[in-house]
Amino acid sequence: MSSVSRLQTVRAVCAKDLRIEQRSKVLTSQIVPFALVMLVLFAFALDGDVILERTAPGLVWLAMLFSSMIIVQRSFVVEIADGALDALRVAGADMSGVFWGKWFALIVQLVVLEAVLIVGAIVMYGIDLQISGLVLLVTSSISATCGLSAVSTIYAGLASGVRGRESLLPLLVLPVASPVLIGATRAAEAAFGAGGTVVSEGWPWLGLLSVFAVVFSFGGSLAFGPLIDD
Amino acid sequence: MGVELSAQCDESVAVTLRDVVVLLGDFPALASLDLSVNRGEVVMLTGPNGAGKTSLLRVCAGLVPIARGEGMVMGADLRHQRASVRSRVGMVGHSNGLYDDLTVRENLEFWGSLIGAGDDELRQAMSIMGLDGRLASVRVRGLSAGQRRRTAFAILVVRRAGLWLLDEPHAGLDSDARDEVDEVLRRASASGATVMLSSHELDRAQQLATKEVRLAGGVVVGDPQ
Repeated sequence: MSSVSRLQTVRAVCAKDLRIEQRSKVLTSQIVPFALVMLVLFAFALDGDVILERTAPGLVWLAMLFSSMIIVQRSFVVEIADGALDALRVAGADMSGVFWGKWFALIVQLVVLEAVLIVGAIVMYGIDLQISGLVLLVTSSISATCGLSAVSTIYAGLASGVRGRESLLPLLVLPVASPVLIGATRAAEAAFGAGGTVVSEGWPWLGLLSVFAVVFSFGGSLAFGPLIDD
Repeated sequence: MGVELSAQCDESVAVTLRDVVVLLGDFPALASLDLSVNRGEVVMLTGPNGAGKTSLLRVCAGLVPIARGEGMVMGADLRHQRASVRSRVGMVGHSNGLYDDLTVRENLEFWGSLIGAGDDELRQAMSIMGLDGRLASVRVRGLSAGQRRRTAFAILVVRRAGLWLLDEPHAGLDSDARDEVDEVLRRASASGATVMLSSHELDRAQQLATKEVRLAGGVVVGDPQ
């Protein structure tokens, strides 16, 4: 038996999470349709092309945030359903590696969800996206996803041992993730040219999203083990 | 304190606890508990509900910190080396620590990959637990309760856990599955593993055990050998 590097733990946890998702198909059969239904309902509620075009970035990211809570819950339900999280602790697994593995698997799933939501918004809300806007949209979305994934992984781990975690998790994550919502929405507004904004106005928000992602990702990797332990 | 105890622990001792107190909130789940378990023993923990059996097993697994006292598990200090304790023990509680959507082989591969176990070790563990052949490619959600338990025990074999901590290993199993568990524990004991188990199946557990430890109110009240 050889010693295991952190990278091997990251790879094992990430591959395991993605394989479970691939088998269960919760993302494609439940969460993506739920998110699209939300976009349709927003359109019904706001009923008006001008309003929808102006508010589309915020609506996309709200749908993204709410839908992501289900993905995050699911990511930790598989760990606690049969006591695997405790087993990981007893197995002496590198919990920082576990954090990065779950973080990365979550990013992959959130990126799929984002892609569907953005395409859905373009089709349903009649958004005209230019190439320069697309670059800003992709980079800001990836940064926002990294930050959202980090915050969600930290708090989902923290809430995993608590009764009523299903309702507790959104209460913990959504307020902390509000900078992601603000930054990603402003960047998407600039990318879409909503409300007369131009693409250059969106780049500063990428900075905020990147700092948030770096702080919470590295902070989370350090704090995850002790948080799960206590 | 830990160093003193370590110096007193020889290699034949698997678990030594001295004056151990564990608090669940303000409630003392273990109250000034003393215990010694030799390597290779099969120890049955008995006592009424709330006696501290599960807490004792979780302490020995390094999952619960001790509030007072000192302890050594498989040569590692419970106060200062809990990570080291965890790497030397294996615990199967009321749950099995398995992923329902993965097959038996994929579960073992996952847990094996966390400790760098090779294919041969996985094959050997599956063979020992009778999980090779068709069962290896069955998803865990399709297994019987006894087969799930065997898969959980196979992970302990892959991890080469020197101390098996089993909380109610017979719970929720039918008679055949209980026999399977007993057979696995006999094999584990024969291969040199130390086993601590709690069970309400007293007759069954007594046949397996080399030592019985009775708990009440978080302390050892009887060690009838």
